[in-house]
Amino acid sequence: MPPEAATEHWGSEGARQQAAHLGMWIFIATEVLLFASLFTSYGVYRSVYPEAFRAAQLTMDVGLGTLNTFLLVTSSILVALAVHAVREDRPGLGGVLLGAAALLGIVFLAVKGVEYAHHVKEGSLPGDFYRLREVPQVGASLFFTLYFLLTGFHALHVTVGVGLLTVLAVRSASGTFSAAYTTPVELGGMYWHLVDVIWLFVYPILYLS
Amino acid sequence: MSPSAAEPERLPPDNYLADGHTLWSWLTTKDHKRIGVMFLGLTLFFFFMGGVFALALRIELLTPGRTIMGHLAYNRMFTLHGVTMVWLFMIPAIPSAFGNFLVPLMIGARDVAFPRLNLASVYLYVLGASIALWGMFEGGADTGWTFYTPYSTTTGTAVLPVLLGVFIIGFSTIVTGLNFIATVHTLRAPGLGWMKLPLFVWAVYGTAIIQVLATPVLGMVLLLVALERVVGAGIFDPARGGDPLLFQHLFWFYSHPAVYIMVLPSMGVISEAVSAFSRKNALSYRMIVYSTLGISFVGFFTWGHHMFASGQSTFGAGAFGAMSMLVAIFTAIKIFSWLGTLYRGSIAVEAPLIYTLGFMFFLFFGGMIGVAYATTSLNLHWHDTYSVVAHFHFIMVGATVMAFLAALHYWFPKMFGRTFPGKLANGAALLVIFGFIATFVPQFLLGNLGMPRRYADYPPHFQTLHVASTTGASLLAFGLLCIAGYLAWSLRYGAIAGDDPWGSEGFEWKSQSPPPTHNFPVTPEYPTGPHEYAPREAEVPHAA
Repeated sequence: MPPEAATEHWGSEGARQQAAHLGMWIFIATEVLLFASLFTSYGVYRSVYPEAFRAAQLTMDVGLGTLNTFLLVTSSILVALAVHAVREDRPGLGGVLLGAAALLGIVFLAVKGVEYAHHVKEGSLPGDFYRLREVPQVGASLFFTLYFLLTGFHALHVTVGVGLLTVLAVRSASGTFSAAYTTPVELGGMYWHLVDVIWLFVYPILYLS
Repeated sequence: MSPSAAEPERLPPDNYLADGHTLWSWLTTKDHKRIGVMFLGLTLFFFFMGGVFALALRIELLTPGRTIMGHLAYNRMFTLHGVTMVWLFMIPAIPSAFGNFLVPLMIGARDVAFPRLNLASVYLYVLGASIALWGMFEGGADTGWTFYTPYSTTTGTAVLPVLLGVFIIGFSTIVTGLNFIATVHTLRAPGLGWMKLPLFVWAVYGTAIIQVLATPVLGMVLLLVALERVVGAGIFDPARGGDPLLFQHLFWFYSHPAVYIMVLPSMGVISEAVSAFSRKNALSYRMIVYSTLGISFVGFFTWGHHMFASGQSTFGAGAFGAMSMLVAIFTAIKIFSWLGTLYRGSIAVEAPLIYTLGFMFFLFFGGMIGVAYATTSLNLHWHDTYSVVAHFHFIMVGATVMAFLAALHYWFPKMFGRTFPGKLANGAALLVIFGFIATFVPQFLLGNLGMPRRYADYPPHFQTLHVASTTGASLLAFGLLCIAGYLAWSLRYGAIAGDDPWGSEGFEWKSQSPPPTHNFPVTPEYPTGPHEYAPREAEVPHAA
């Protein structure tokens, strides 16, 4: 059950849950706006430097990007199943599913790390550090600046999400949640789906050309 | 406002101020009223600091050539003034201080939806403000409060900590806005429908939408400028293929709506004060509500009017100009409604009402000039002159500070349970309004004659007007110090106010003044909307 202290100024548990969900949706809206400014910048510079952006995109490792998409979508499905399990009053199963989703998140970050290592070796880095020989144009360095901003901010969100999922997994496995108290799992799930959805936009504009 | 013999001589013992006297009890409080009071103290402190910086600027401009500081010091000083006033005072002042204190009281709730997040917003604000100010005093940014690229990415001054500080304050704003939206949606007392909400709550709600949706973009654009400085990211640097205009677009996408973060809550204060001091409900409640929401919506599509001189397409400029004029229509609806409310009301001439009238004058005058600015031809003549300085001070200071002072006086008895010397307050109000006019009217004239903004020096023939402006600023400062003096005195020695010293029917007065920690021992009932005064009361002259 929810801790007493959290309910003292609420008329009912229903109102408290409604506020928690509304708060999460508003937070998601702020996240969307945060990324929107990066997507806007991408759109602007892609229309200014279409050739350089295309050339830069061709140097990207589509295989690793697709693998990561697969990992995130799978973990999102696991989280959805975990929410379902907790609602069905099976917090143990929910904990296992959340743990598995967190694990996939860690693998995603590892793959991202491998990609970043490639970029460092090739010199496809933002701003002043750019020294990729294959695509020397000015616009390509902007592509990689935006690449690192988009994937970097996204990776930051994945890291936070992995932490959240881990905590939720442990608490769920130890029986904190039940059919009567699902809110934290639902909110954690919403956050993880947000991270997933953002990637579904980041992936095509950076990897697929 | 003199206490009659029947009134109590001591504050109610169960008020929120008496619930723990230690510093620790304040630092760890989750009570929205204490958080509001803390924000009030913090914003007043930064208002004072910003005022000191402004006076330093006015003193420098007293004579042509060097008066007290050189050019770089002047640039740093106006940045300090702008950053302090905009980011540390005006943006948080009314929503975070009065909004936090009043919104739960006005909707019959015991607290905001997320009290812990609310406390976090205080700490975020303090952290951001400390970092920004440390940067200002350590290296002193000289970019102005707008951080325009490419100057902000190339100047040698300490822009980085200021950017970081403003970035962190942005999170404080977001948290506050998120809290208000969730609170208004989920914590209204039973029977209090949307169309019965006090207009201040609507104004804070409209503001919260802007706070939540615009601030993240500011956060990102400030981070991009920071990255530009640290790793040469190139996004805003033409030498690396970037475009400095993108900065202006992203910055004003936030910062124009941010003007409404400053003005909308002020309009809410005025709506409350007009009703309370004319003993009438708003003339057209629904129109005020719709125009509030209209401003928060249209505000997102007007950013381009800051960039008329930056090389927009003619169509773009026309579209942004038309959208900007829509805001003027919404504002005019409010002004007509306030005037209509005052008309044939039972007027009580108290300090909040005087500030309210000042607000309406400054908003109307400044706003009409704003409409003139929205035409591109006049805009080009006045661009980057002192007229612009005077115009946005009329709106931002004239309106926001007037509303802030109205709120401070109107709700002082609510917050602290004591009244202030009424005659003195009325005198100070007139002094402040007069000082304000005397400061900025000469600046309109200076700008029209061609005096550019952001210069420490000027040709001698501008001196008369500059001296007039500085004199006005001194009067304004003196008036504000008077207010600080008698309010500080009243905190301790003011007469006990009783629960509703103004005889207001606003919902916040349904609770005891100052309210107990959980606001309402019994959730109040809401049979009518706010400020529904019985007809007979309008005929009875109330205690002055």
